[in-house]
Amino acid sequence: MERSRKCRWTAKANIRRNNCLSLVVARLEVRAYVTLLLLSLCREKKRRRVEELAEKMAVDSGHGGNARDWDGRWNHVQKFLERPGPFTHPDFEPSTESLHFLLETCKILVIGAGGLGCELLKNLALTGFRQIHVIDMDTIDVSNLNRQFLFRSKDVGRPKADVAADFINRRIPGCNVVPYFKKIQDFDESFYRQFHIIVCGLDSIIARRWMNGMLMSLLIYEDGVLDPSSIIPLIDGGTEGFKGNARVILPGMTACIDCTLELYPPQINFPMCTIASMPRLPEHCIEYVRVLQWPKEKPFGEDVPLDGDNPEHIKWVFQKSQERASEFNITGVTYRLTQGVVKRIIPAVASTNAVIAAACATEVFKIASSAYVPLNNYLVFNDVDGLYTYTFEAERKENCTACSQVPQDLKFAPSATLQDILEYLTENASLQMKSPAITATIDGKNRTLYLQTVASIEERTRPNLCKTLKELGLTDGQELAVADVTTPQTMLFKLHFTS
Amino acid sequence: MAQSAAGKSNKEQKYDRQLRLWGDHGQEALENAHVCLINATATGTEILKNLVLPGIGAFTIVDGHKVTGEDVGNNFFLSISSIGKNRAQAATELLQELNSDVSGNFVEESPDKLLDNDPEFFHRFSLVIGVQLIESTCLRLAGVLWNAGVPFLVCKTYGLVGYMRLAVKEHTVVESHPDNALEDLRLDQPFAELKNHIQSYDLDNMDKKDHSHTPWIIVVAKYLEKWYNEHNYQLPKNYKEKEAFRQLIREGILKNENGVAEDEENFEEAIKNVNTALNPTKIPSTVQDILNAEGWKNITAQTPAFWVMARAVKEFVENEGEGKLPVRGTIPDMIADSEKFINLQNVYREKAMQDASVVSKHVESLLQSVGKVCVYKSKKKCKNAAFLRVVRCRSLADECSVELVNKDEITSCMDNPDSEMVLYLMLRSVDRFFQQHSRYPGVYNYQVEEDIGKLKLCVNSLLQEYGLNVNVKDDYIHEFCRYGANAIKMITHQFVPFNNTFIYNAMSQTSATFQL
Repeated sequence: MERSRKCRWTAKANIRRNNCLSLVVARLEVRAYVTLLLLSLCREKKRRRVEELAEKMAVDSGHGGNARDWDGRWNHVQKFLERPGPFTHPDFEPSTESLHFLLETCKILVIGAGGLGCELLKNLALTGFRQIHVIDMDTIDVSNLNRQFLFRSKDVGRPKADVAADFINRRIPGCNVVPYFKKIQDFDESFYRQFHIIVCGLDSIIARRWMNGMLMSLLIYEDGVLDPSSIIPLIDGGTEGFKGNARVILPGMTACIDCTLELYPPQINFPMCTIASMPRLPEHCIEYVRVLQWPKEKPFGEDVPLDGDNPEHIKWVFQKSQERASEFNITGVTYRLTQGVVKRIIPAVASTNAVIAAACATEVFKIASSAYVPLNNYLVFNDVDGLYTYTFEAERKENCTACSQVPQDLKFAPSATLQDILEYLTENASLQMKSPAITATIDGKNRTLYLQTVASIEERTRPNLCKTLKELGLTDGQELAVADVTTPQTMLFKLHFTS
Repeated sequence: MAQSAAGKSNKEQKYDRQLRLWGDHGQEALENAHVCLINATATGTEILKNLVLPGIGAFTIVDGHKVTGEDVGNNFFLSISSIGKNRAQAATELLQELNSDVSGNFVEESPDKLLDNDPEFFHRFSLVIGVQLIESTCLRLAGVLWNAGVPFLVCKTYGLVGYMRLAVKEHTVVESHPDNALEDLRLDQPFAELKNHIQSYDLDNMDKKDHSHTPWIIVVAKYLEKWYNEHNYQLPKNYKEKEAFRQLIREGILKNENGVAEDEENFEEAIKNVNTALNPTKIPSTVQDILNAEGWKNITAQTPAFWVMARAVKEFVENEGEGKLPVRGTIPDMIADSEKFINLQNVYREKAMQDASVVSKHVESLLQSVGKVCVYKSKKKCKNAAFLRVVRCRSLADECSVELVNKDEITSCMDNPDSEMVLYLMLRSVDRFFQQHSRYPGVYNYQVEEDIGKLKLCVNSLLQEYGLNVNVKDDYIHEFCRYGANAIKMITHQFVPFNNTFIYNAMSQTSATFQL
């Protein structure tokens, strides 16, 4: 835990003072930087190739990668890599080395082995990528089987990452998918640094932001100038029913997840007064049972939280919701709706995932091979009515909390309370933190002002919420360090007192 | 089927996420369908995968080719052990394995042979998907399917370009699920029951709690009455009038003893919704077209259900509906106390049910007049009367005929020489190339250089034949010689009727739909 909260911002204080220079750098054409990035990938390819040749000469290479290949296997890929063309990236050089890089050297990390993940693994493996790592913290559920095609009913209950890796490795000879049945937060910089490209097929905005923050923390600035070799491209895909999007993020260069937070539709949360006393829709009745009745009645025992995957729990909520609904003459409470509301289920179908994963995999291929100019930088897809795609360049936010390096300010009166700051951190549209933990150096000592995620500390620091900033001993110009699930790095804020 | 808690079958659990999109009736339609795929290429099997996983009833693969090493390299549903075997059979095995609810079949035959010996073979399918077909086969098959009324989906992937063409005489859509449909509130022409309900409210004599929890629909209706009195029964029409109307509502917000406006969210909602709530109730043009469709004016015993329904709706509109469609019956959620909301909702719901049963009666009498009995449920169709859609795609024969080719569409798109239309022209030219040389351009490295010139000749002859005065950049000709006959899969199948040509460019990640 300590490691993930290590703050690199202090170390970069010198660089921040040169931030006008980095802003200049940021304003340069993205295309120039894409070129630099691809050049550095090319350099990397050549460097590794030289290394491997040296290794091969030293070790007896009786069987190499090619023994697993058969005639014509990579024809489909070679046409792109070994022939010049009018639409390739300006720095593309056709060669037979590119295929070798794809097959033997390029290391890809796939995050998520669900709807998008299964498709991504298939696409990447068929394109020739062999060093693929995949992280997924979930196990397989029956409702996954309508689209997560690497899983069968006999696999229900097993970790998705393991089963997916197994299937791909067996179906695509030579492919070496390495699975991790873990959370992305279980890994640190040293793990993520080893990958050339990272592709996300996540179902959570928080996880996306965390990943985004992690890649930002890997960036190296020398004298305020970004070192392109520290950039790991992030391809991010998302789907919901018949809609989806795919985007290419070059950390430090193009718009990141946090730059475009407003693009994500707000989560539907019904107001408490509606749920508590004025329900109108069946959903309101279900939320009432979930949020108010369950904690009160504890139907399955003390400290037993509502588990959306437990059919007995859902049955209880369903029955109680029906009772509540009939009190108010509301119709429409069904088992399916109950489950949907409790689990916040998003409808899903195989085809949307296939389209978005295909777009993402195409971008991975383009970047790894420099065969074409990558997507710049956001694709939206919708097939509710006909087929619709829209491509645009999402812009960087000048004061983005994740990627701009612009120090974040907090402007509050000394009479404001810590609670006011907490609310700002969670409700501000660009921050949208979930459960921020605030620490500060006061009188030379590092103090935790408030922390929610550990019950004992929460209890101890709760009284601070009502205290004013002055009472807490905070001073004008003071730095506050904030940690939250939405970012792997602690964020520094500068406190400015207003009158 | 295994049962689990709360009686949910295994199938219901498995398909849960998709049932939330198209419902049980949609799933039923899927499970009654039998799809034919011609050519088990990577694109073809990918399309089938997306049909097998959600539980299509059955599929049949028609393919006369043998599996090659190259096939196995780019196709997830072929393995090394299938090299040399018939491709239809090999792919069926690995696709079948995805979902035991689905029945998989294969025919080890080329489509040309089938067309020679047994063209009616194709009549049994709900949909035929043709992948990487050469032009002559494609046109032959298209003719057979068009006459048999079987929808035909043509797919081609060529390098980083994807192409889909839907050919179906007429495809009817009952539930189009539009993303942003306007509500059907009838505030401009309230039906009797709605009028009575509105009358039961007296905004000027309510206590604060009731006043603040009156549905905005009632608020707008009440203030509309006031407005009518002062404006000669005319709806607020332009921006100025709507603004004045909003102000009228704003003035109705209760004030406390100091004259400061109270917090009345329902009034804020009313003000916000003025723009759309006062839209005159009218029948969308797409539905008008359906109701006035010439082809189905006379109902016979063979008339499809959709058109009997359309005719019944038309009779409703001309009689009981007084020029309006059956009431939809739903209202959006809004700030209100439960009782007021439910009561208002029920007014709309009951009217919708009433209208639906009137339409049902029309359906019954129409069917009786041709000696048939009504067996299907019309309620669902009535709720969605405003969302009925018909898609008619031109035949491939028309698209390719010199007289009927859509010159205007092609030439106007090509005003931008980088429009996806150029990819369409290139695909047509590549087909020509195959016709002349029995192979695709640039299969082998040594051919690329020469083929660029040959392909250019094909492009020019195509443009000349159709009298298309457009310029195809050499870059595209070069690019298409690069691909050879290969494809990296990127298009998957959607059951949404796009009309009628869809082109996807993975180089730029853009796409376009054309009607050709």
